[in-house]
Amino acid sequence: MKIKLTFWKIVFLVIMGLGLYSTFVRYFYGLGAISNMTDQFPWGLWIGFDCLCGVMLAAGGFCIVGAVYLFNVERLHSVVRPAVLTAFLGYLLFIVGLLFDLGRPWYIWHQLIYMNPHSVMFEVGMCVMAYTTVLFFEFLPNVLEKFNLTTPIKWIKKIYPVLIILGILLSTLHQSSLGSLYLIMPSKLHPFWYTPALPFLFFGSAIAVGLAMTIFESTQSAKAFGRHLELPVLVELGGALLVALWVNALLRFEDYFHRGMLGQIVKPSYEAYFLWLELALAFVIPITMLSFKKVRLSPQGLYLASIFTVLGFITNRLNIALTGFETYVGHHYLPKWTEFSVTLMIIAMGFALFGVAVKYLPIFPEEEHAVQPRLQTETGPVVATPVLGHAGD
Amino acid sequence: MSKALLYDATMCIGCKQCEGACAQQNKLPYDDKVAAESVQSAHKYTVVMTKDDKFMRRLCMHCEHPACASVCPVGAFHKTAAGPVVYDVWKCIGCRYCMVACAFNQPKYEWQSLNPRVRKCIMCPDRIAAGKPTACAEICPTGATKFGERDDLIKEAQDRISQNPSTYLPRIYGLHEVGGTSVLILSGVNVEDYGYPASARIGETPMPEYTGRVMEKIPDFIPVWSLVLGGIYWVSHRRDEVAAAEAEQKNGSAR
Repeated sequence: MKIKLTFWKIVFLVIMGLGLYSTFVRYFYGLGAISNMTDQFPWGLWIGFDCLCGVMLAAGGFCIVGAVYLFNVERLHSVVRPAVLTAFLGYLLFIVGLLFDLGRPWYIWHQLIYMNPHSVMFEVGMCVMAYTTVLFFEFLPNVLEKFNLTTPIKWIKKIYPVLIILGILLSTLHQSSLGSLYLIMPSKLHPFWYTPALPFLFFGSAIAVGLAMTIFESTQSAKAFGRHLELPVLVELGGALLVALWVNALLRFEDYFHRGMLGQIVKPSYEAYFLWLELALAFVIPITMLSFKKVRLSPQGLYLASIFTVLGFITNRLNIALTGFETYVGHHYLPKWTEFSVTLMIIAMGFALFGVAVKYLPIFPEEEHAVQPRLQTETGPVVATPVLGHAGD
Repeated sequence: MSKALLYDATMCIGCKQCEGACAQQNKLPYDDKVAAESVQSAHKYTVVMTKDDKFMRRLCMHCEHPACASVCPVGAFHKTAAGPVVYDVWKCIGCRYCMVACAFNQPKYEWQSLNPRVRKCIMCPDRIAAGKPTACAEICPTGATKFGERDDLIKEAQDRISQNPSTYLPRIYGLHEVGGTSVLILSGVNVEDYGYPASARIGETPMPEYTGRVMEKIPDFIPVWSLVLGGIYWVSHRRDEVAAAEAEQKNGSAR
């Protein structure tokens, strides 16, 4: 265990070192020096991964908050805090990623004064700003609790219904609008990925990945921090994930069917290989796995299925952002190593900050009063929970 | 009325004086090396290309409904009443959405700069305001690039085609493409062979409409979705409240 820890620490330091070097190159030599982006490929890995995938990977926050507080699914209560933490970190890191990608990041605040309501990017920007603020207040009780500041927690509890509804509204808007960004490029994006349904597909995939990420991070935290794994919660999430994957798969099928693309997607081509990879990882493998009850009830099975789902939808978004433009542009885009190193640094920061937060803040329920009593109430008479009794939990 | 440029490729002799005049007007470097470059870039807003001894010029099309202006989150681009699509550099945050969205790939970027700007032809708005033609039209020795009112130029282009049907392909590129542009092209060869996007591919729908169809629903979506979410919240928590009240009543009567 000790050796493993040291190994990961070394990996972390190497990633951070290379990332800092790339950061230096980015701000002292410019985007041309650090990236393989060109006039033909103005959006590269950072938009594809850090932005499109980053926001999707942080979707667990609004999925779980929605399930627990909006639909009152008490059983998932124990994963609210880690999901909100992941979302909060995810959005902060998304903004860090933007500071690398924007050509003039020091003018990022222009968004607030030179508004263009016709721009999808403007809408995404405003929603992300507002939602990050909402997440800050959803996350704040963790810190306040740590220092026993009960009065401000009471205030936050009072506005919690508003925060929840606002958070879900903003998430619905910007998760789908990330897809709308590409609606203006019908002549450029490959027809495998260009569809008027993009906003719906982006919202659908955000929910599937939000659920999968919650399974992934719960299992991962249980391993890393020696926590007790709450299998019933994971099983519940796994069932929801299976439904979400089916809905996504049907949406994709409907879309290809209506656009008469079914004949084309089965024909081998450069794009088809990437599409098949995406469909296999995002749908075929996890849906097959989760269809077996044995897998749905096993922590390893759920963990693996969630990893496939996440990888599948990451492939999907990278295909939209990168693969889908290659034929139009006429050449391939492969990110420079410095682009990768910035992305890796941001991911590493995410893992590290998650670890620090879990260590110092009451993110996971205390071991002694774990979920057992809560689960027992399920079979007994419905025990009323006062509205917002767990606000901020 | 809105101004436009008519470029007649059959009249172009490939002298590249438009390139030089453009560079001078926009204070860009121009020498033999730049002249030899056959692609547009942050330091070359317009280019005259040669293929089989036929010439073709490229520049920003100055769309009637520009995608760049519609996608820019800070509104750094706008179409002026006079016709040019201009760029306010001080607003720009450098997201490069304009570059990705432009169907003609006109916005170029200063990739090497530490405070990069988007660069493209802005159709000499200062000269137009002063009542002068664009620098490229003024210098053109053969009249291949002609400046004027868009409506007049369309009529003239149609006349040229009908008078010399053997010289011209029977179409004015830019008349209807993406809802019409302020740069119109006449030629005897396919503009597509010189890198212009095919008319069928980009269509006649103004690009901003593709996102507009979704964006226009948002003002209605926000209150409706908020109400739905609020309703779900109320219903699912009301159930608890009722259960709590009932439980209390039961307990009370039992006592």
